[in-house]
Amino acid sequence: EYPNVRFDDVLLDRACLQIVQDPSKYAHTVMVMPNLYGDILSDLGAGLIGGLGLTPSGNIGRDASIFESVHGSAPDIAGQNKANPSALLLSSVMMLRHMRLAKEADAIEEALLDTISKGKEFRTGDLGGSASTTSFTDAIIKTLLTTS
Amino acid sequence: DLAGPKVYGGNHTVTLIPGDGIGQETADSVKAIFKEARVPVTWEQFDVSGFTTGEDNLMKQALESLRRNKVGLKGILYTPVRQGHSSFNVAMRKELDIYASVATCKNIEGLESRHTGVDITIIRENTEGEYSGLEHQSFPGVVESLKIITRAKTERIARYAFDYALRNNRKKVTCVHKANIMKLADGLFLETCRRISQEYKETGIEFNDMIVDNTAMQMVNRPQQFDVMVMPNLYGSIVSNIGAGLIGGPGIGSRHVGKDIQGRNTANPTALILSSVSMLRHLMLDNYADMIENAVRKTIAEGTVRTPDMGGSNTTTDFTEAVMKNL
Repeated sequence: EYPNVRFDDVLLDRACLQIVQDPSKYAHTVMVMPNLYGDILSDLGAGLIGGLGLTPSGNIGRDASIFESVHGSAPDIAGQNKANPSALLLSSVMMLRHMRLAKEADAIEEALLDTISKGKEFRTGDLGGSASTTSFTDAIIKTLLTTS
Repeated sequence: DLAGPKVYGGNHTVTLIPGDGIGQETADSVKAIFKEARVPVTWEQFDVSGFTTGEDNLMKQALESLRRNKVGLKGILYTPVRQGHSSFNVAMRKELDIYASVATCKNIEGLESRHTGVDITIIRENTEGEYSGLEHQSFPGVVESLKIITRAKTERIARYAFDYALRNNRKKVTCVHKANIMKLADGLFLETCRRISQEYKETGIEFNDMIVDNTAMQMVNRPQQFDVMVMPNLYGSIVSNIGAGLIGGPGIGSRHVGKDIQGRNTANPTALILSSVSMLRHLMLDNYADMIENAVRKTIAEGTVRTPDMGGSNTTTDFTEAVMKNL
């Protein structure tokens, strides 16, 4: 029914091996799978890109779609302006794409990734940096304003 | 098999099943190395394929041979994704009650990998769980699949894991599960492992548990935290493949047929050679085991002879000859 989209399949254990050896094999690929395998592979993927602190997720439903970060609630650093908002921000970017606001989504995602790549003073503690939640957010906003 | 392998005149008879894909080529490599090292093993070979069905005479003979010899060396058998065909691998396990699959993931010097200091042994329950093969379609388009977990088989695999840890001077056993979702099945598995861990309390072997999705993440983040791991069937398949990917890929220690490179003399025979080394230790032929393992590690560490999966352009035969020289 979708002749313009290529389709193939792979056994789960082979996929796990390949993703760990060379995840670029699955770049530009959408992977669809049953519940348990998705649970495991998505955590595997998160581990490969730096952990749950950077991983966005979307829960698509018939009646509503909810986008969420999947890291823990981190009570030990709550209320101290230390948290890394990237996971939630990237989830909101997914949400914007879902709402067909791709331009805004791209702009925010680019600004976020750009800020992280700038260096240690721009990153929050979990990424080995010294920024606070607010300074990190301000840096992203600054980039957004200069590029828009 | 715990009754001991059969030895006649100091010579061990071992069942050899080269398997599909690159099976023949890699088996040839092992045979050549054993011959050069004068290992006291006589092969009884059966060219069974993954397409061989349970009713086939060849399969019956292979199973009889395994029952008689109690020890075998095997390549990978292709598992066809087809209805109504019982997997030969699964049938073999059921017939001989091969309950533990042991996969070791250890860094090999000379082989670059993202993580160092990895030394994990994955013990996978091999006879039940998600691989029970019990499925039914009670209504067209609605399939129900039964995952079986029994106290008896879990106790057996848990005891094997702790005994393995003891015998090999390992410090910790981690149970991998999804008991928060599969409360009865994985719950039983986890509780049983916990109970068995208490029996080994005096030995000082630590026990902990981890949910399987978190395990996948931890394996790629910090694999050094793991020692011996015990888990049901499906998770074992997943975790051992993640482990293999961590230390350098399928040629080294995982279980894939390699149909795409069959017959081209490019396969890396290391996995089968190291498996034969494990077999030699099982036969208590440690001198030969050490000799061959050292020769393989030396060859890889030297880095001058590498098959394509290791980033080189040497053939299977090149690698085999290099190992033989290093004996």
